[in-house]
Amino acid sequence: MIPAALKYVEADSATAAIAALSEYGDEAKLLAGGHSLIPLMRFRLAVPAVLVDISRLDGLSDITDAGDHIAVGALAKHAEVESSSLLQSEAPLLAHVASKVGDPSVRHRGTLGGSLAHGDPASDLPAAVLALGGSIVVQGPDGERVIDAAEFFTGFLETAISETEIITEVRIPKSGSAGWSFQKFNRRAQDWAIVGVAAVLGASPKVSLINMGLTPLRAGAVESALAGGGSAAEAASVAAEGTSAPSDLNGDAEYRDHLARVLVERALDEASS
Amino acid sequence: MTIMGTPRLRKEDPKLLTGEGKFIDDIHAHGELWMGMVRSPHAHAKIQSIDTTEAAAAPGVHSVYTGAELQEMGLWVAPLPCAWPVTEDMVNPPHYPVAADEVRHVGDLVAVVLCDSRYGAVDAAELVEVDYEPLPVVASIDAAVTDAVMANTDISSNKAYSWALEPDPEAVDAAFAAADHTVVGEFVQQRLIPAAMEPRGVLAIPAPFGGDITFYTSTQVPHIMKVMLAATTGIAENKIRVIAPAVGGGFGAKLNVNPDEILAVTLANKIGLPVRWTETRSEAAFSTHQGRGQNQKIEIAADANGKILGIRVHLDADMGAYMMLLTPGVPLLGSFLYTGVYDVPAFGFTCDGYFTNMTPTDAYRGAGRPEASYAIERAMDLLALEVGVGPDEIRRRNFLAGGEAFENLETASTLVFDSGNYGPNLEKALKLADYASLKAEQQRRREAGESKQLGIGMCTYVEICGLAPSRALAGLNYGAGGWEHAMIRFLPTGTVEVVSGSTPHGQGHETSWSMIVADKLGVDPDDVHVLHSDTAHSPLGLDTYGSRSLAVGGTAIAMACDKVVDKARLIAAHQLEANPDDLEFDGGMFRVKGTPTAEIPIQGIAYEAFTAHNLPDGMEPNLQEQVTFDPENFVFPFGTHIAVVEVDEDTGGVTLVGYTAVDDCGPQVNPMIVQGQMHGGIVQGVAQALWEEASYDEAGNCKNPSFLDYLVPSPMEVPNMVLDSTVTPSTSNPLGVKGAGEAGTIGSAAAVINAVCDALSPYGVTDISMPATPQKVWRILRDAKGGEA
Ligand SMILES: Cc1cc2nc3c(=O)[nH]c(=O)nc-3n(C[C@H](O)[C@H](O)[C@H](O)COP(=O)(O)OP(=O)(O)OC[C@H]3O[C@@H](n4cnc5c(N)ncnc54)[C@H](O)[C@@H]3O)c2cc1C
Repeated sequence: MIPAALKYVEADSATAAIAALSEYGDEAKLLAGGHSLIPLMRFRLAVPAVLVDISRLDGLSDITDAGDHIAVGALAKHAEVESSSLLQSEAPLLAHVASKVGDPSVRHRGTLGGSLAHGDPASDLPAAVLALGGSIVVQGPDGERVIDAAEFFTGFLETAISETEIITEVRIPKSGSAGWSFQKFNRRAQDWAIVGVAAVLGASPKVSLINMGLTPLRAGAVESALAGGGSAAEAASVAAEGTSAPSDLNGDAEYRDHLARVLVERALDEASS
Repeated sequence: MTIMGTPRLRKEDPKLLTGEGKFIDDIHAHGELWMGMVRSPHAHAKIQSIDTTEAAAAPGVHSVYTGAELQEMGLWVAPLPCAWPVTEDMVNPPHYPVAADEVRHVGDLVAVVLCDSRYGAVDAAELVEVDYEPLPVVASIDAAVTDAVMANTDISSNKAYSWALEPDPEAVDAAFAAADHTVVGEFVQQRLIPAAMEPRGVLAIPAPFGGDITFYTSTQVPHIMKVMLAATTGIAENKIRVIAPAVGGGFGAKLNVNPDEILAVTLANKIGLPVRWTETRSEAAFSTHQGRGQNQKIEIAADANGKILGIRVHLDADMGAYMMLLTPGVPLLGSFLYTGVYDVPAFGFTCDGYFTNMTPTDAYRGAGRPEASYAIERAMDLLALEVGVGPDEIRRRNFLAGGEAFENLETASTLVFDSGNYGPNLEKALKLADYASLKAEQQRRREAGESKQLGIGMCTYVEICGLAPSRALAGLNYGAGGWEHAMIRFLPTGTVEVVSGSTPHGQGHETSWSMIVADKLGVDPDDVHVLHSDTAHSPLGLDTYGSRSLAVGGTAIAMACDKVVDKARLIAAHQLEANPDDLEFDGGMFRVKGTPTAEIPIQGIAYEAFTAHNLPDGMEPNLQEQVTFDPENFVFPFGTHIAVVEVDEDTGGVTLVGYTAVDDCGPQVNPMIVQGQMHGGIVQGVAQALWEEASYDEAGNCKNPSFLDYLVPSPMEVPNMVLDSTVTPSTSNPLGVKGAGEAGTIGSAAAVINAVCDALSPYGVTDISMPATPQKVWRILRDAKGGEA
C-alpha cells in the first residue's frame, strides 16, 4: 500500500500531456481522478516511472449539447455526469449509471475518460457508453481520431488508445425517448457489479454487460435475439452466450451466467415498460 | 442519580471530529527510523538464506537485521507471550518476533529494515533477497485435524491442546439416551479480519540517557503490554512507559503483544533512536491477529415437548500459526455459553485447538461468545423445526427459571448467572418487531409466489463479560487477574481528576466515567478529567476487553468516589463542628441535617484538604482515594434480537430489511453510548452473517486482505434499527451494571442466519454457512428446487 518512487509532471494542456507522453513513452501514465490508477500503484501492481497529471487541466470537463449528441469532456467527474441536467434529459442512462458508481468520494474524483481508458470489464460507465452507442475522441501527436465505443475495448484493461494519446471527449448520441435500464447487482452499495446490464431500446436495441468477460462488452446474442423479434425472456435466455465470465470470491462463472440472464430480463422488462 | 441514565453527547467527540485526536501517525520523534518489514510470501517454508546487501545500501537505510541476527543480538529473553496456556500440556513451540529458520504463515517476519523514511523502508525491504524452501501447508482446520501435514516442523501433531468442560458426562449420555428429539448442528465460524478503522502502529522512543523507553502503541492494553515487554525483552519494567494515544478502534485485535511491538522497543533500545511503523490496511491481514476460525458441532437432546434434556458440543478451533496472547483461551470464553439462556440439565463441551499455517487467531469482538450463541441459537431453530413449534415457542419452553426473574442461578455449565429475566425481554422484542404482522406478510408473499421472500429470525442470547473475578480466571489457567484500579483526586481549585486503569479505544469512557463521578461527587461532568492509557499517569490497570470497563473499572471509580465522600464528610463535620452522622451529602453540598444554613461544598472541602490548615487530628492532607475492585462474579447481559431479511430468489441476494433488538445490560450510565455500542456491535455480527470472511487458498494465501474484496458493510447495507432495553441489575457489582460492548455482535449473526434459513424453509433448507453470499443462497435454492433456478 506504499507506492514506489516516481517522477511527477503536471500537464497544463492536452498538448502538454501528449508531449510528456511522447517524451517518456511507456514509462509514463496519465493521472486523472486516480481512483483506478492509485490503488494499483499502492499495491505496486502498476509502477509507472512518470505520472503525468491531467486532473487540473482546463476545458476538458464541460458537458455540452453538440446537436445530435452530447459532448462530455474526458475529465468530467462521475458526480458531474450524474448531476448534468443535459445528460439527465438527453441520455438519462449515462447520468443514472454515474450515480451508481462506488460511493460519493469516488464519484467526486473519478472521471469518465479515466473510466473508459482503464477499460475495466467490471466498471459501470463503459457499459453505459456502449449501450448508448457512444464514441471516444482521442488526441495524439498526429492529431485527433474518433473511435466507436464498440471498437474501443480490445483486451483485459486494454483499449484502442496508443501510448501517446489522450482521451479528450466522449460523444453520447441523444437517446431521445428510447426506453433504458441499468441493472447492477452487487453485495454492498459501494461495490463494483458482480454482473451488470445496461440496455437502451432505440431503433436497434443495444444491451451491454458488466463483468462478463475480459472487456466491457455488448451482449451480441441478446441483441440478435431482439432484432429477430424475440421476447425479453427469449433474449435474456441467451445473455451469457459468447461471454466468458470470470470467477472470483463474489461469484463463479456459472453464477454470473445465471445473473446475466436474470438481469438482462429485468433490464429489458424495465426498459420497455 | 441524576446524570447517570440520561443520554449525553460524548466529550471525546469534538476533538475526534475536528482532527485534533492524536493517533500514532500524528506523533513524531526527532531522528525516528521506520521499520520496513520483510514478510514471507510462503505459508510454510524453511529459510535457506537471506541476502541483505542491496537493502543495506539503499538510500536512507540505517541497518537491516535478519531473524537469525536478531536472535544472536540477544534482544529478547523470552518468546512472545501466551498468557493463557489452557492446559498443562498445551503444545506451544517458542515464537520469536522474527523467524530465524522457518516461516509458518504468509506475512511471517523474516527480516526488518530501519530507514529514515516510510517509503524508503518499504523500497529497501523489497530489496532483501530471501531463499525459501517451501514446505507442505496446513491451510484449513480440516487439514490440520488429519495430521497429514504438520504446520510446524517442531511438532508431532497439529493438535495443540484438548480442553473439556464435562461436569457430568454420564448425565449427558443419559439425556441423549432418553431423548424423544435430537438435533445436530454443524457450523463453521469463518475467519474474520478485525479491520479497526485505525490500523495498528508503534513508536518507541528511547530517552537519550538512562535507558528509559517511552512506547506509543495503538493498543487496548498498555498496562499488560508493559508487563509483557519487561518479561520478553528483559528491560526493567520500571524503565518502560507505555502510552496508547487516541486509538481508532480495537475490537480485540489490539489486545495482543505483537512481533512489531517487541521489535520496535528492542531496536530503539539497542540503537538509541526512535523506531516506528504503521501497518498498511492489507498488511493487517498478516500482522494483526484474526478472529473466529472454529468448526462447531452441537447436539441437543429434548423430550417430546421440546424441553431440552442435554447439550453436547465439540469444537475444532483454528489457532493459526502461533499462540498469541490469548489465542488458546478464546474458545473457552465461549464454552460456558453453549447452554444459552436455557435450562439445560446436562452439558458437555470439548474443544481441540489446532495449529494451521495461517495468521494467528485471537480475540475479536465477543471472543468465543458470538460463536457460542450462534451455535446454540441456530440449533434452537433446528429443534423448533424438529418439534414443530415456532422459534419463539421453543425458547419460551426452555428459558432458565421458566422465563421469570432470577438472581444468582447456577447453570449446567457450572457458572452462576448473576441475574436474568428472559421471558419479558423476548415478549417485548416480539411486540416491538410486530412479529405477528411479519409472519402474516411472509405468508402472503409465500402464497403469492413472489420472488422476494421474507425471513424472520431471532436470537435470545446471554453473554458473559466483565472480566473478571481473578480467582475464576485462575481456574481457567489465565495468566493475569481481572481487577481494575481507579483513583479519584480533587485538585485544589475544585476540578476532579480520575485515573483509570481501563483503556478506551473509541467507547467513550471519558464521558461515562465523568457521569459516574459527577453523580457521586455532585460536580459538573465537564469539571471531571479522566487520565488513562498512559502507564505513567495510571500505573495500575488491566485495560479494556471482554466488556469489562464499566462493570469492573466503572465500579472501581464509583467506589473510589464513595471513599472520597467519606473522607470529605469527616472534614466537613470538622469544619461545621457537627457529627459526621448528622451530615447529609447532596448535589455536591454537605449540610447539617435540619440546619440548612450550615453547609459547605465538596470543592471547599477539597481546598481545605489541600491547605491542610484545619483538618481533623491525624488526617492526611489532600482529597484523593483509590480502589482496586475485583468482582466476585462475571456479569451476564442478555437480550433478544430479531432480524428480517428479504431473499431475492432469482439472484440469491439477501437484504437485511429490519432489525429489532431489546438488550438488557442492567442500568445504563449513558443510554446514547449503549445504543452506539449496540449499533456497531450488531453490524459486526451482521457482517459475519452476510459479508465478511478471510478466504484462504490451499497454499495458505489470504485471498482478500484489502477492502476491495474483504467486505466490511457500510451504513448503506444496514436498515434503521429499532433498539430498546429491559433493565435487570447485576448482583456482581454495586452499580448493578453489565457490559454492552460485545452484546450486539453476540446477538446478531444467529438472528440473521436464522432469518435467511426461515426465508428458505419452504424449500426444506435448514442451514446455510456464513457468510450467506448471494451465490451460496442461489445455489442452495437451485439444488433444493431440484436443480432448476
Ligand atoms: C472504492 C472505489 C470504488 C469504485 N467503485 C466503482 C464502481 O462501482 N463502478 C465503476 O465503474 N468504477 C468504480 N471505481 C473506479 C472509478 O470509477 C475510477 O475513478 C474510474 O474507473 C477511473 O477514473 P479516474 O479518473 O479515477 O482514472 P485514473 O485512475 O486517474 O486513471 C485510470 C487509467 O486511465 C488512464 N487515463 C485517465 N484519464 C485518461 C485520459 N483522459 N486519456 C487517456 N487515458 C487516461 C490512466 O493513465 C490510467 O491508466 C471505484 C473506485 C474506487 C477507488
